[in-house]
Amino acid sequence: MVQRMQACVVCHGKEGRATNQGYFPRIAGKPSGYLYNQLQNFKSGLRKYEPMNHLVQHMSDGYLQDIAKYFAELDLPYPAARASGLTAVEQRTAEKLVRQGAPERGIPACISCHGQQMAGSLPAIPGLLTLPADYLVAQLGAWRTEQRKAKAPDCMADIARRLSLDEVSVMARWLSAQTSPSGVVPAPIAMQPHPMRCGSEEQ
Amino acid sequence: MNTSRAPYRRWMSLLLYFAGLLAFVGILVAWLNVRGEAPLSTGAPTAAANPALIERGAYLARAGNCMGCHSMAGSAEFAGGRGIETPFGTVFAPNITPDPKTGIGSWSTAEFWRAMHYGRSKDGRLLYPAFPYPSYTNVTREDSDALFAYLQAVPPVERANKANDLPFPYNTQAALALWRAMFFRAGPLQPDTQKTAEWNRGRYLVDGLTHCAACHSSRNWLGATSVNAKFAGGLMPDEAWYAPSLASPNEAGLQKWPREEAIKLLKNGVSQHAAVSGPMADVVYSSTQYLTPQDLNAMVDYLASIPVRESERKQAARASSRVLDRGAKVYEQQCATCHGDRGQGVPSIYPALAGNRAVLLHAPNNLVQVIRNGGFSPSTAGNPQPFGMPPFGQVLSHEDIAAVATYVRQAWGNAAPAISTFDVHRVW
Repeated sequence: MVQRMQACVVCHGKEGRATNQGYFPRIAGKPSGYLYNQLQNFKSGLRKYEPMNHLVQHMSDGYLQDIAKYFAELDLPYPAARASGLTAVEQRTAEKLVRQGAPERGIPACISCHGQQMAGSLPAIPGLLTLPADYLVAQLGAWRTEQRKAKAPDCMADIARRLSLDEVSVMARWLSAQTSPSGVVPAPIAMQPHPMRCGSEEQ
Repeated sequence: MNTSRAPYRRWMSLLLYFAGLLAFVGILVAWLNVRGEAPLSTGAPTAAANPALIERGAYLARAGNCMGCHSMAGSAEFAGGRGIETPFGTVFAPNITPDPKTGIGSWSTAEFWRAMHYGRSKDGRLLYPAFPYPSYTNVTREDSDALFAYLQAVPPVERANKANDLPFPYNTQAALALWRAMFFRAGPLQPDTQKTAEWNRGRYLVDGLTHCAACHSSRNWLGATSVNAKFAGGLMPDEAWYAPSLASPNEAGLQKWPREEAIKLLKNGVSQHAAVSGPMADVVYSSTQYLTPQDLNAMVDYLASIPVRESERKQAARASSRVLDRGAKVYEQQCATCHGDRGQGVPSIYPALAGNRAVLLHAPNNLVQVIRNGGFSPSTAGNPQPFGMPPFGQVLSHEDIAAVATYVRQAWGNAAPAISTFDVHRVW
């Protein structure tokens, strides 16, 4: 499988562990349900990024599942934390949104779905730490402009529309600068329902 | 008085002469468009569709790759909407689900046959040959009816057709009538009694439903193919990829291939020395992988019998050492790990580049596309986990792509023309 996946490493880094710099997201260690949904969405055009749309267009569902499983099972260290460059006020804004959300505006805390350690949760919610800030901003922007979609109800599209652009920017920079201790894996399947219904979680 | 009337008379007679000529050409064009066309059988009850007929139709739809144009990724099959880009403008594939309002639910079997065989819509309008009726005209009535039975059995989808985006004069029926008068002759094929039944079956598929010639032929400035240009290779209508010649063993011709290898390529998407990419990956993924071994065998029988016609190849000029050095450096950094330091590849894993027909094609398109976009061979039953090439357009400049493409075309005994940065821009 390593040889078959050489096409991915040019952007996603050796073994799929892109760093917090640049644009491309780390895929190693993300839940396979999440990776599979994304591959399917790229194939069907729900998610638009031409190079990815092109690469997966002639892949069977079975192969997409194999690919998702391969990258999900990679357990590789995360890049070290780095300075976020945020002011103290910005940092507080970011952390508050991440840990508490803004319930008065219908914005749940990131950790309520993406896991206490933000390493994602099974079966299909991605980890957020160390993703490049540009990538995170681009994704939240894409949800607002419907360039990125998921199965309805598309909870992240709703959340992205409720956040201000400044909030998106500070959260992206904060999340990107954190690290995860090694050995952290996605949280197990939640016993309690998440604060919002998400179509991509319903298999 | 008389002297002033004479030029007037001359003009009148000239005008009448031209009017007559115009009327004659008009009538000729009109006649050429309907000649041999039997009147539609009206009110004839449609033959009852039975499961066997529908199943046969489903197989034929695969063979014709109807879904390739009449479906869009992520949307309902056969609901149309995909734009086929041509040098004349964009033609949008219509909805062919049985929805009575927006699809072909209100069509009769005879009307469907007329579209396949004569290229005319239910209302009698002439169809654009982006719908490959110059090939489909060779499909038998029996197969057309089976196809129709299947299309009437798929789930109906209400989705209005998109108007074509064609400038004048290409948006007129008169232009189409003229084109058809010059380039379209209705089928069917007469079986060649000198040849085996298998060869005839192969020709029926290749020249009919699977419409190989629609891409693998050269087209003139009016977008038409001719007898000489058939299978001679040509740019795809969107001019992004080049469909290699099936008449040349140096391109995609099967004349010198072991038969099993050719069948494998169409069935699995890969053979020992080749893999399909670009639009052909789509053909294998949605169409040929589903064909029976008998039909693939017949197709290869016919394809291998296409007379060899090599286009004259000029001796390729050697690129400057500056370009070749730059290309060699990029090759070493980005390509050699998989394709080997001498372009030898790894058998059945990474294709060899030395002597590779796709690398050496005269047209620069396919090599640039593959370096820029990368790609996987299609997943098929015979090759469920294909290998893939990375999209180097993400990390290499146009200059680097031109240099490395030129390098692989001129290293290890390869001798194809250089690819310039301008070529890369043009193909982009």
